[in-house]
Amino acid sequence: MQDQTEVRRFVASPVALARPAALRRRWRVQPYLFLLPSLAFLATFTYYPILSSLEMSLYRVTATVSHPTFTGLRNYAGLATDPIFRQVLRNSAEFLAGTVPVTVALALVLALLLNRAHALTTPFRTAFFYPTLLPLVGAAAIWLFVYTPGYGLIDVYLRAIVGGGVNWLGSPALALPAVMILTIWKNAGYYMLFYLAGLQTIPAELYEAGRLEGASGWQQFRAITFPLLGPTTLFVLLIASINAFQSVDQIWLMTGGGPDNTTNLLLFYIYQVAFMFFDLGKAAALTVFLLAVLMAIAALSFGVLERRIHYEV
Amino acid sequence: MTPRGSRQLVTALWALGVGAMAFVWVFPLLWAFSTSLRAPGQLGSQIASLWVHHPTFANFREAWSDAPFLRLYYNTAVVVFGILGVQLVTITLAAYAFARLQFPGRDLLFRLFLLQLMVAPSALILPNFVTIRALGLLNTRLGIMIPYFASAFGTFLLRQAFRSVPRDLEDAAAIDGCNSLQTIWHVFVPLARPTLVAFSIVSIVYHYNEFLWPLIITDTERARTVTVGLASFTQSAESGAQWNLIAAGTVIVILPLLAVFVLFQRKFVESFMYSGLKG
Repeated sequence: MQDQTEVRRFVASPVALARPAALRRRWRVQPYLFLLPSLAFLATFTYYPILSSLEMSLYRVTATVSHPTFTGLRNYAGLATDPIFRQVLRNSAEFLAGTVPVTVALALVLALLLNRAHALTTPFRTAFFYPTLLPLVGAAAIWLFVYTPGYGLIDVYLRAIVGGGVNWLGSPALALPAVMILTIWKNAGYYMLFYLAGLQTIPAELYEAGRLEGASGWQQFRAITFPLLGPTTLFVLLIASINAFQSVDQIWLMTGGGPDNTTNLLLFYIYQVAFMFFDLGKAAALTVFLLAVLMAIAALSFGVLERRIHYEV
Repeated sequence: MTPRGSRQLVTALWALGVGAMAFVWVFPLLWAFSTSLRAPGQLGSQIASLWVHHPTFANFREAWSDAPFLRLYYNTAVVVFGILGVQLVTITLAAYAFARLQFPGRDLLFRLFLLQLMVAPSALILPNFVTIRALGLLNTRLGIMIPYFASAFGTFLLRQAFRSVPRDLEDAAAIDGCNSLQTIWHVFVPLARPTLVAFSIVSIVYHYNEFLWPLIITDTERARTVTVGLASFTQSAESGAQWNLIAAGTVIVILPLLAVFVLFQRKFVESFMYSGLKG
């Protein structure tokens, strides 16, 4: 009897015998071996630097001091009274508030407009998407000319609307908006793709039902499209927010943080303090601050990410 | 108006409206291309137009001799494909472990991986610079590449793909005597090809375009990449308002990716779409 069931199990599922528990136990180190290469690089270039920033921020380390001296929280206290840091925070907040909602809204509008079958749809999508493939410094090099006073593209073509002779990048009031416009132009098409993907998951029957009920286009958008795109919107908002703290290539090329630090953003300030002023302790404190901001965004995003994972499983 | 007539009118308005906006979007690129073909030093109001009377490659010749673009291209190619090559190995192994193996600490380790998604490398430029300096890798291509050899993003993407591989195939491979590595190579990698391609495209674009990190790691031309070369090239030419030259330099740098994009448009768009969906 016993033998028979054994035989039947063997016939039904040869694998059950082909992978006995002993064999699996023998390979218990294997998963860790497979993770080892990744973990070694992650430890060296992600985990360790987080800890070393924390440590370095407690020391006075500059180009002129040969031995770092422990100063406790002095670097952080220095930030609290640093007027440039306060300006940088204001700029970063303005940059975030001025680029993220506009880019995401624009991306949604573009996706809605381009979610239809027509011979022109693909070329139009390409036109909005291609800036994603340009290096940010390359885009910035082109936009330097767009903003050139006198004969730049804006001055030549939009003189009637915005007036001529405006020195966009040289004006404390206009430099940051100018950088923000370039950033919106660069990213809108990328986020549009996520919305296009999201739109494809909405069942067509819902719109049919809506039409039968006599819902107008706007009503359908408010009752069906926008709510069902909710996860996409959250996801795009989070990516865009994280990106807003990380893109400073255009600042380097177009303004160098000026005029008067009006375009100086958090990551650019870290770059300046570390690699132009060589105040490594202060730059480490700034890094810790940026990490805290990113972690806060991440804490928000983690719930969203995990929900998305569950959707797929 | 008949329903059909009004539908055509709506479509025509759509084409005009979106078309106008699309034109605004591509105008800077078109301008860069046409200006790069203008005679050097030709300024004035016609520099803003898209029409070029006597196209010439003189700007390209000058740009090519002003900056070591061949060297920059070479460095960039080594960096981009070097990163990708190592990444493909590390993410495949890690994704297999997370997707298919049971072991203590798996969830904790997976969360540790995801940390890299949140703390993007650009936030860590200072401590990583210190590490690269300590390793003696300043001004080397390896120094630019090494922080990216592990990719939480790729691991995450590939884990999802590996999870959908049917168990039967894996078991069949085991019966045929394949060990884990052989199973990965003969079963998982071929079935996850679309994901691997999508990841590769996104990785290549990202690292080709990267600027701040290679800028910090290099202070000579030895290991510099195209973006860093373009930035210094632009800065020196901008002071002389040599826009035709800047345009040529920019075209030299952006052309390779754009050309590949034109050839494999669909694949690119799908890859970027997919990367967001899953990552």
